Amino acid sequence: MILKEQDNEFTLDCLLLAGRIMIESGAETYRVEDTMLRMARSQNMPDAQCYATPTGIIFSLGKTQPTRITSISKRITDLQKISLVNSVSRRLTSHIITLEEAYDELKSIQKTNYFLPNHVQILAAALASGCFLILFKGIWSDLPITLVAGGLGFAMLLLMNHLTRVKFFSEFTASLTIGLVAYLAIGFGYGTQIDKIIISSVMPLVPGILITNAVRDLMAGHLMSGLSKGAEGFLTAFAIGAGIAVILSF
Amino acid sequence: MDYIIQFVISFIATACFGIIFNVPPKTFFHCGLVGAIGWTVYYVLTEHGLDVVEASFLGAFVIAIVAHTYARRFKMPMLIFSVAGIIPLVPGGMAYNAMRNVVEDDYLQGLQYGLKAFLITGAIVMGLVFAEVFVQLVFRAKHASKEKIQMVKKSKS
Repeated sequence: MILKEQDNEFTLDCLLLAGRIMIESGAETYRVEDTMLRMARSQNMPDAQCYATPTGIIFSLGKTQPTRITSISKRITDLQKISLVNSVSRRLTSHIITLEEAYDELKSIQKTNYFLPNHVQILAAALASGCFLILFKGIWSDLPITLVAGGLGFAMLLLMNHLTRVKFFSEFTASLTIGLVAYLAIGFGYGTQIDKIIISSVMPLVPGILITNAVRDLMAGHLMSGLSKGAEGFLTAFAIGAGIAVILSF
Repeated sequence: MDYIIQFVISFIATACFGIIFNVPPKTFFHCGLVGAIGWTVYYVLTEHGLDVVEASFLGAFVIAIVAHTYARRFKMPMLIFSVAGIIPLVPGGMAYNAMRNVVEDDYLQGLQYGLKAFLITGAIVMGLVFAEVFVQLVFRAKHASKEKIQMVKKSKS
């Protein structure tokens, strides 16, 4: 009997870990609930209940079984982790791996940092900014300064994310940097269209995943998660806008 | 020729977003392709005089359909392919203009741009949702017809 209880505790740990990694990496809430319930069903716990929100998960294995809460404070966008957890859960539900193996794998997924090195990310952000300048019908002579502004802005975002825990502040600083670079560049004659430069450089900061997730959660009936993610997305957009507004008001 | 340039550049832009969002390495190419297809649809439609809102809707619709196809092929969440893809459609320019006008105390013009940006965002979102429902219906129909064929085969044998 005691052994069985320990077993359940372990299952609960494993499931909550999977849910936690998914939410922290920015998965849709309904997918998190779905994944956890599928994993529970594969472990012969048909009446497990799950309630997930972007800030925490409540999970119960059944009427007389243990229930646990886990709270989540930071969320980033890491699509690779989502797909890795997804593949673990797929293999667990089709009984290719056991629960213990799944737990070990999830633990190592949680610990590993799958992001490419910072300079590669900054380079990618700079390149993306440059591409957007062309897509938005900017002129080619503005390309160098857009690359610089986009790269610097994203570098600032990474730096501030590292230094402070307030996400909105880092987005504000990043867009402030972009605005400043663009403004100075125009002043020194290195660029012509300040609008196009700023718009393209700001693109890497856009909260794309929040917008998509908010809506998909709302449509799946997770009104709470959808609204809170929408609010987060709106605040992010507002922070970016405020940073630019400071520069423009000079 | 213009369309080809736009396709290639939007491909690079979306693939770079794939790096920022850290998609699984083997799907970089496909993420870029999703974004490039979506942007090209949007660009061609706007060049032919369609309104930005409708073009955004159709672009997002196509993006979600392609993303769903890849998601089923790779057995990965659809999110991975669609997130980077919709970024080029996001109305950054409109939002920027709205904010600039507000800063310059021209609230009416700012409101106009803001509303347009809001409409475009709504259109992108509706495109994604419609595509999802559409794909689900198609797959359900496919599934049902497969079962029917099997039933007929069984009853014949």
